Amino acid sequence: MSGSFLFQAVIYLSAAVVCVPLAKRFGLSSVLGYLLAGILIGPYLLGFIGEEGEDILHFAEFGVVMMLFLIGLEIEPKNFWKMRKSILGMGGMQVALTMVLITAILTVFDVDWKAALAIGMAFALSSTAIVLQTLKEKGLMNTVYGGASFSVLLFQDIAVIPMLALMPLLASGEAPVSDHAHHSFLEDLPIGFQTLAVLLSVVVVVLAGRYVCVPLLRLIALTRLRELFSAGALLIVMAVAYLMEMVGLSPALGAFLGGVVLANSEFKHELESNLEPFKGLLLGLFFIAVGASINFNVIAQSPLTVTGGVLGVMILKTIVLFIVGKFFKIKTDQNLLFSMGLGQIGEFAFVLLSFANQLSIIDQNLLDLLLVLTAISMTLSPILGIANERLILPRVGTKEAEEKPMDTIEERNKVIIVGFGHFGSTAGRFLRANGVDATILDHDSNRVDLLRRMGFEVYYGDATREDLLESAGANEANILISAIDDPDASINMVKMIKKHFPHLELMVRAKSRVDAYQLVNLGVNHVYRESLDTSVKLASDVLHMMGRRKYTLHRQAQNFIKYDEASMRKLAEKSLYTDEYIAKVREEIAQQEALLKQDLKAPEIIEDDNLWDSDQMRRDLGSR
Amino acid sequence: MKKVLILFAHPRLEQSKINKALIEAAAQVSDIKIHDLYELYPDFNVDLESEKSLLQEHDVVVWHHPFYWYSCPPLLKQWIDIVLEYNWAYGPKGDALEGKVALNVLTAGGTRPVYCTDGKNRYSVVEFLRPFEQTARLCGMTYLPPFAIMGTHKVDKAAMAEYQNQYISLLNALKNEELDAGKCQGYEFINDIESINTKTQ
Repeated sequence: MSGSFLFQAVIYLSAAVVCVPLAKRFGLSSVLGYLLAGILIGPYLLGFIGEEGEDILHFAEFGVVMMLFLIGLEIEPKNFWKMRKSILGMGGMQVALTMVLITAILTVFDVDWKAALAIGMAFALSSTAIVLQTLKEKGLMNTVYGGASFSVLLFQDIAVIPMLALMPLLASGEAPVSDHAHHSFLEDLPIGFQTLAVLLSVVVVVLAGRYVCVPLLRLIALTRLRELFSAGALLIVMAVAYLMEMVGLSPALGAFLGGVVLANSEFKHELESNLEPFKGLLLGLFFIAVGASINFNVIAQSPLTVTGGVLGVMILKTIVLFIVGKFFKIKTDQNLLFSMGLGQIGEFAFVLLSFANQLSIIDQNLLDLLLVLTAISMTLSPILGIANERLILPRVGTKEAEEKPMDTIEERNKVIIVGFGHFGSTAGRFLRANGVDATILDHDSNRVDLLRRMGFEVYYGDATREDLLESAGANEANILISAIDDPDASINMVKMIKKHFPHLELMVRAKSRVDAYQLVNLGVNHVYRESLDTSVKLASDVLHMMGRRKYTLHRQAQNFIKYDEASMRKLAEKSLYTDEYIAKVREEIAQQEALLKQDLKAPEIIEDDNLWDSDQMRRDLGSR
Repeated sequence: MKKVLILFAHPRLEQSKINKALIEAAAQVSDIKIHDLYELYPDFNVDLESEKSLLQEHDVVVWHHPFYWYSCPPLLKQWIDIVLEYNWAYGPKGDALEGKVALNVLTAGGTRPVYCTDGKNRYSVVEFLRPFEQTARLCGMTYLPPFAIMGTHKVDKAAMAEYQNQYISLLNALKNEELDAGKCQGYEFINDIESINTKTQ
């Protein structure tokens, strides 16, 4: 029933399109939706996909790689360094304890100790894909529970490397089969060189990230072709993954590292918004493949073993995690979320177990059973999470959204400046001089490069796109300054922001009166005509040179600006009724005329007032 | 010879005949610094450091201003608030102004008789100037009686010239150290002293 590529694509996509919204509708996470979609179209229910599910699974693992790259992007190296204690401590403790316990229990059940150890290693890992996807979806990355989960998962992803390296040693002297999935040229090298090569590849990723990727992205940015940027982003992720696979490291870990390296670059937000849809799709595909790979025959044959196995492993993992959480003083409610969240067996189990099978450490029957356990535990995990949230936590007293202040993930700025040319940079400099650091977006990559070297936090990107603004933190920000030079781009962005981020207070630069009218009519309260203050200042300096007193000029200039602002708002309303198709130049002239007429009607604004005027008093005294 | 600094504060000099005349007169006296505050700081952003060093270069500080609502215009008050810093002008370490001389030169629309217990303003000009007097004292300065031109709305051309001469005499006397607290003893206004008041009464 495999059919053409298009047929398969239609099956996968329609399964996703039907199941995910349904799952969401019932308040379940999208992960569960995908998993159910996979079961539905899998060989045991509708049978749309058969054995090829395995290949899909392998391909879709790339979604995990991409996710880790994106996670890496969110973590600046200095924050990563701050987390080292929780990564090593919590992660190390969890992996070691779980591994030892599972191995010991399996040995008691008469499993060969080598197989037991291989299973122990595989089952110690949790699912980065499921947990992080859920955390991101619910916006819980910044909570204590989110931070702890992330630390443990990261350690597990790192631990995969030594585990893969250990497996061949368990293979009881038999030469490793040469065609296994993770064959790399490293294995032919002596162990010292292997370590060296691993270190070297990490260095390569760091250096390439800084000195190849960033200039490359800059070049691509200059072409202003959006799809080319997507291609570049994909290329980076894939190249890192390939490099890692070549030296026998986890591609996911390599991608994570690559992400961390690029987290400080100006392309951070642009990369995020370009890769996000790919990641989402691939992850979805991955979960579908997991669902489809559940072998219901195995379940039918030995339902008790399967049930017992799943429950046993998950309970054991949860208890270990809970102990780890207690040890690291996580509060009970957060700890429950943490330990139950990571209770499943992760996607790396597929890799490790298949590898062990190839090395003849575990036989095919056992492998089938173990893979079923893994897939079921992954499916159960989101369901358990919901049960935990709805049934257990309310009894403990939940404070799920308790924010952990900024020591794990960078704080988002409250002000966003879009456009950092002469206008935006002056505004930004003044804000910075007053201790307000804004997130800055600009679409000129040369300028971004320069400004970054000057120590500004500037990101490259086209801010008229909703997704880019979102990854720059538009949801968390309060104020957005539009200092874009191109009036049309600015107006498009304002329209988009009014629609998608209505909470943002907009402060918009306008080039001309006509632009200002448009902005006012779009409902922008703070419109700044870039030439107004400066030209009035110039004129008042001219008057000073002609002998006028400065303080009087100062007051009159301010009055004039006030009056001009008011007349701008008045005329803006009228401009609503002008024909849209009038050429812009003609409209400018028409507005100028209207403005001059307005001036004639209100001459008292410019005329002297009576303040500090003793003539009046003198006349009054004289007439007495 | 003492160095005299006129801190002049008028928000609308264009409209004030008497003050224009007085400043013109002062400009004729050599070695007098006229510091036009409203022209220098139209935005009220008084430059602390340059004002401090200016003060240190001078021995006599003249607060020249119209008498608005029984006090000075706001920029002069702003100047006092900003420049007379703690531990510089006053306070345990504040001795920068010690021994200098300060006085007000003011122009008031009301005549002298309305500034007394029985007049409609109920207090004398000197009483209204107590904040300035005390400010000078706190900074260790000698405070002299004010040079006050009263009833400015009724000043005619001849009187205007007379006041110009008086101002010139005052500035010269200050410059040449001819006036001290002792000489001013018993005079309400400094322009009551015969050497300043050249007008035959």
